[in-house]
This record gives sequence, C-alpha cells and structure tokens, in this order.
Amino acid sequence: MSEVKRYQVVLFYSVSHTLRAEKLLKKEKIPIKVIPIPRHISSNCGVCIRFLEEHREQIEKALEGRVDFDSIHSFNPR
Amino acid sequence: MSNIIYFDNAATSWPKPKETLEAMERYFCDIGASPGRSGHRLAIEAGREVLATREALAEIFGTGDPLRIVFAKNATEALNIAIFGLLKPGDHAITSSMEHNSVMRPLRAMENRGLELSVIPCSLNGELSPDDVVAAIKANTRAIILTHASNVTGAIMPIAEIGKIARDHEVLFCVDAAQTAGVLPIQVKEMFIDLLAFTGHKALCGPQGTGGLYIREGLENIIRPIQRGGTGSKSEFEAQPDFIPDKYESGTPNTIGLYGLGAGVRSVLDRGVEHIRNKEIGLAQHFINGIKAMPEVVHYRCGDISKQIAVVSFNIKGMSPSDLTLILDETYGIMCRSGLHCAPSAHRTIQTFPTGTVRFSFGYYNTVDEVNFSLEAISKIISSK
Repeated sequence: MSEVKRYQVVLFYSVSHTLRAEKLLKKEKIPIKVIPIPRHISSNCGVCIRFLEEHREQIEKALEGRVDFDSIHSFNPR
Repeated sequence: MSNIIYFDNAATSWPKPKETLEAMERYFCDIGASPGRSGHRLAIEAGREVLATREALAEIFGTGDPLRIVFAKNATEALNIAIFGLLKPGDHAITSSMEHNSVMRPLRAMENRGLELSVIPCSLNGELSPDDVVAAIKANTRAIILTHASNVTGAIMPIAEIGKIARDHEVLFCVDAAQTAGVLPIQVKEMFIDLLAFTGHKALCGPQGTGGLYIREGLENIIRPIQRGGTGSKSEFEAQPDFIPDKYESGTPNTIGLYGLGAGVRSVLDRGVEHIRNKEIGLAQHFINGIKAMPEVVHYRCGDISKQIAVVSFNIKGMSPSDLTLILDETYGIMCRSGLHCAPSAHRTIQTFPTGTVRFSFGYYNTVDEVNFSLEAISKIISSK
C-alpha cells in the first residue's frame, strides 16, 4: 500500500494574488497545483494553491513580503 | 507605396505588431473563459495571461508589484477613477491649460460639486512653468493632475520636476500618460508619480478597450471605486473588496483585449522605448523640416524637438482644417485628424480655438517615404488653392 499524501491549501485574497503566488512558487520549484477553493473551507468562488504538507514552511517563506495570503488549511481529497 | 498612409497614431496606433493579433487569436480559439472566476483550467489559464499583462506593464512603468496595476477600458476611465475616487468637495486640485477633456471634464464636473480648481496657463508653445505650479499650491491642495504630453502640439511636460514638487509639498501627483506610455520612458518611482493613467490602444500597441491606472501603495485606502460588482473574490460578502486590484475591477474584464495588450507591451519592451521614440521623432523632425520650408504652412511648434512627441499640429493659411483633411484623405489617402482633438483648453492656449488644427501623429510603422509623399501632397494642395 502506498503512503497517503497529506495536502494543505493556501488561500489568497483574489485570483490575481493566487496566480502571482503560483508563478513565484513555480520559480522556486515547489510542487503545487492551482485548484478551486474546496467548498468546506470557504464559500469563495475563486481558486487556491494545493501543496504537500511538508512544503508548508518553504511556501510561507517564499511568499513572505511578496504576496499576502489569507490562510492555510488542511486539505485531504477523498 | 500602399494607398493608405496612416498618420493618426495619437488617436489609435495602427497597424499593430503581429504578436498582438496572435495573442488575441490564441485567446479566442483556445481559451475563451473568464479569468479569475471559475476554477477550471481554461479560467486559470486566462487568469495567468491577465496577470502576465499586469507584469509587463509593471516592468515598463517600474511599479514593482504588478497587482498595483488596475485595468480600465482606456485612460479616460482610469482618470475618472483617479479624479472622482480621490477628490472631495472642498479639496483644491491643480492642472494645466494643455489638458485633454479626459482630465478637464471630470475636473470641471468635480468643480460643480465644490472642488476648487486651478488651471495653470501654459505658454503659446504649450510649456508649463514649474514655478507657476508651486505658486498655486495651497493648504487644501490635494492633487496635481497633469498630462505627460499634449495630444495637440506634442509638447512634453516636465513630469519629473512637477513630481518632485508634489512630493515635497505632500500633494498627490496623477499623470495622464495616454500619449506617452510606450514612447517615452516612464518610471513611476523616480518621477514621484502616485497615479498613472494609461491606455492600451496607442503606443502600447494593444487593442481599443484596454488601459488602466497604476495606484501607489496605500492609496487604495483613500480612493473610492466608481463601480462595484462581482470580482470573483470575497464572494460571500455583499460589500466591495477593499484590496487592489479587485476594489476597482468589477465585472468580467476585456480578457481578449488584455491578451492583446500584454503582447503589445512585450513587443514594446523587446524593441525598446528609446528605439521607438528615436524612430518616431525622426519622422516628426523630417516632416517639420519639410513644412518649415513652406511659407503657407503655420506650424504650432513646441520649441525644441527633444521636448515633444511625434505629434505635429499645423494649418495651411486660408484653408480650414477639415477641408484640408478631407483632401488629404480623398485625394492622397492620408489619414489624419482635424479640429480640436478633444482638447479645447489646449487650443485656446495655442490660440487655435475654435478653428483647430490639422494633426499628423507618426507611429513606429510609418516611413520616410510616407512623410515625403505627404509633404509633396501638402505642397500640391497649396499650389492648387
């Protein structure tokens, strides 16, 4: 049985902020994916960035002072 | 030579770089979706490209954070956001007598609501004296709103100098760069520009319906939006988001236009603003030299060629501007613009109101052959008068 991957998502104030962050994080070569914001986390109709739990610190550091983010949540798809 | 010569680039630049059309075609054929709304891959891709357009604009204007670029449909809409969003009754604002109606009409409308307005008279050549601006500043002066270059005479305003004056007096500085974005260097930080209104459809080589406003950090807290609506963000709230750019960007944007604008700005960056400027001003200089030799032509000059953009206003003695442009179009295939150019105050300043002038505005794709042909045409029109 393969190990279960544990994901988190980071939410931003707008799609512009999200896609700006996507570009910066991709430049840092951190594996991420832009996905629709999961309904159970927020009723916002936008998108957020999903990443593996172990990259959280790296992501926070990369975004610091460059793109403001709203919040980070655990997210595990069924 | 083709049978059309286009000398109306100050109204809309044409033709455009092929990259502009290719980008718009790519959006139309392969993407099609709303940026910043739905979460599917096409919507996300559209959002990425809209962001890339902001990034190209942030690069060309030296704004730093690309999210400080707010999109609007043209410089006029951007100036309306700046003027109606910022100024309040009881405030004092300063502008010049060389302004386009895109600045003058919103300011006059605010004046009717209690704004105090000083219009600084410029010289017959359209020059603004920085000392006159300093003298006009009062305790309640909120902003100086100034064109970067006149759309009538091409005269370039001393933007960096006025920017320094504004900053020293803690007055906000708003620049109308409709005629200069893409053809003169603009660095908002070095020039102390707090608000920069630009359009996409002139020297930035984008399509009509694109433009925007750079808003300096923190000013979004005091500038009210002029429209409110859906932004794809904070959808659970019925109040407008308070962050930039969403605060000022309600409703689905002109995505296809913004694809084109991004490609246009990147083509300007690739060619280099200085290279474009040199080419255009070379054509203007050549044309001015040609009409100087014709005593029947009155040229409304702005002093030294280094102090103007490639816009030239002139008249033939004893002939109305509209008659001349009609002959230029019908007989010679030369497209240009006559009249007041939406800038009655500028024409009063250079004493061409209400008749106006004929305006040739040269672009990157014009050639010396076209300028020579137009000089011959003017010469023939004079001799057959």
